[in-house]
Amino acid sequence: MSVLQDTSTLPDPIPVHIGGVRGGPPRSEVLRPDRWWVQPLVVVLGLLGFVVYATWAAFRNAHYYTAGMPRDYLSPFYSPCIVSSCPTKVVWGPAGNIGAVSPALLILIFPLGFRLTCYYYRKAYYRSFWASPPACAVADAGSTKPGGLRASYTGETRFPLILQNVHRYFWYVAVIFAGLLTWDAVLSFRFPGGVGMGLGSLIFVVNAVLIWAYTLGCHACRHVCGGGVKLFSKAPVRYRFWRSVVTPLNSHHQLFAWSSLIWIAWTDLYVFLVASGTIHDPRFF
Amino acid sequence: MMPIDTEPGTGGQPLPAEHKEPPSSRVPAEIVMKLWRGDAGGGEFVEYRLPAEEGEVVLDVVHRIQAHDAPDLAVRWNCKAGKCGSCSAEINGRPRLMCMTRMSTLPPGEPITISPMRGFPIMRDLVTDVSYNFEVAKQIPALRPGPKPPEGYRMAQIDIDRGQEFRKCIECFLCQNVCHVIRDHEEHKAHYAGPRFFVRLAELEMHPLDTLDRRAYIRERMGIGLCNITKCCTEVCPEDIHITDNAIIPLKERVVDAAFDPIAWLGRKIRRRPSPMSASEVAALGAAARSEASGGG
Repeated sequence: MSVLQDTSTLPDPIPVHIGGVRGGPPRSEVLRPDRWWVQPLVVVLGLLGFVVYATWAAFRNAHYYTAGMPRDYLSPFYSPCIVSSCPTKVVWGPAGNIGAVSPALLILIFPLGFRLTCYYYRKAYYRSFWASPPACAVADAGSTKPGGLRASYTGETRFPLILQNVHRYFWYVAVIFAGLLTWDAVLSFRFPGGVGMGLGSLIFVVNAVLIWAYTLGCHACRHVCGGGVKLFSKAPVRYRFWRSVVTPLNSHHQLFAWSSLIWIAWTDLYVFLVASGTIHDPRFF
Repeated sequence: MMPIDTEPGTGGQPLPAEHKEPPSSRVPAEIVMKLWRGDAGGGEFVEYRLPAEEGEVVLDVVHRIQAHDAPDLAVRWNCKAGKCGSCSAEINGRPRLMCMTRMSTLPPGEPITISPMRGFPIMRDLVTDVSYNFEVAKQIPALRPGPKPPEGYRMAQIDIDRGQEFRKCIECFLCQNVCHVIRDHEEHKAHYAGPRFFVRLAELEMHPLDTLDRRAYIRERMGIGLCNITKCCTEVCPEDIHITDNAIIPLKERVVDAAFDPIAWLGRKIRRRPSPMSASEVAALGAAARSEASGGG
């Protein structure tokens, strides 16, 4: 390899062809000595934990609003209030009476769709649940057995995974939801006799901030708000928003994906605990 | 004058804090290195033991083995400075440049395995045939600027800033090697560009002077839908190019504009914008440009 050759006497370059024989250790052999399986395991536990909690919260259909208390806290899992029986002072119709069905089941479709098609969560569950691949330089599950169940791979080119391309539409809806949760945070400062602040108000504000940080850091947002522009010099406002707001948030998208997910569950739990009388919400002023 | 930590072969440039040499106590007295020896017919790991030396990178140790114990060892290298992209290999199972991997960053006292990149055909020992990448490179339609204005081409700084990151690529092909579409699914090699060439395509698509619309081509011929954005390419890039976030996902979103977004389609109709160029049209223009460049007419 290190011997210099006189190339002037060599014939014309030989065309190269795709092919050849793979060498080295077999792909099925994992040579990484580190605990590469820890990260996918943590993601599986984290996401499954949220799914279990969210399922319980969605089917609970009770204690999602601090009814009969001098507080105006509405669980983010049940926001906006879309049923006529909703006890809050602000009802977003016209879903009307949907019987015993929990309104959360209708509401959560949209945030769920947004997160399921999110580029970060895709990476997380493709690695952790699909094992495709489970970790870098670790073979796709099933790919080392020719003709096996998972020997073929089509990525996001076929149904249903081609539907990941609708992510931007879920983002449009997610912006509306972020606005609604911001409004809920504003209402959480509404106390009998005027403005006040409880621990719940603080929790609602953090929830709204994290939801905005996650929503505005979304890759689809980054494209729609400026990344898709060919000439930034012709779109200076979009360029500034892309560079100064969306891109910095996008670089921490994983952080905000997890923190907003955990915090929204915590906000729901807090409302449940206060509404069910389990704990008392301290008022700061 | 304060002493400055420098990376071997960086021309004396100061090191970032996280890359500074750890205490020398981390370097054990003896190195146990297992090198893959073999060719297309098969092979095995061969163990070499040699005394440790201060401040070495993996390639230094491989060279010492080559000089003393295994003069027939095949290893590709050139600059020893992380700029030529020749010495790509898998160190303890992770794709890395041998010249940029300090011995002191590897687990002390444990055997170190060095194997060839598993994504490409083997030639011998640590050397692989990466010509697949050059085949793909030929399929990328080149920059196609519009007619040259009388005053010459002009570009605003903010329009070219975005592409600078992509030009850092040293073509080490570690990203191609770690990409599981190439590595684990040989059947897609013929119609899948891979991360390195998505970076190239992103650079072209974002170029302020370029007039080609490669979106249909990227979807149909370059196979971007096969990428499931698991970010391993970004993790292994020695130039710290944010391949997934800044190249692949923006390309995927551009493809959505062209192929999957009815609002974008409606917007094009209302504003009388041209439809996306077809993949075959782009391929024909690319082939014509190649032919012209090579003097074939």
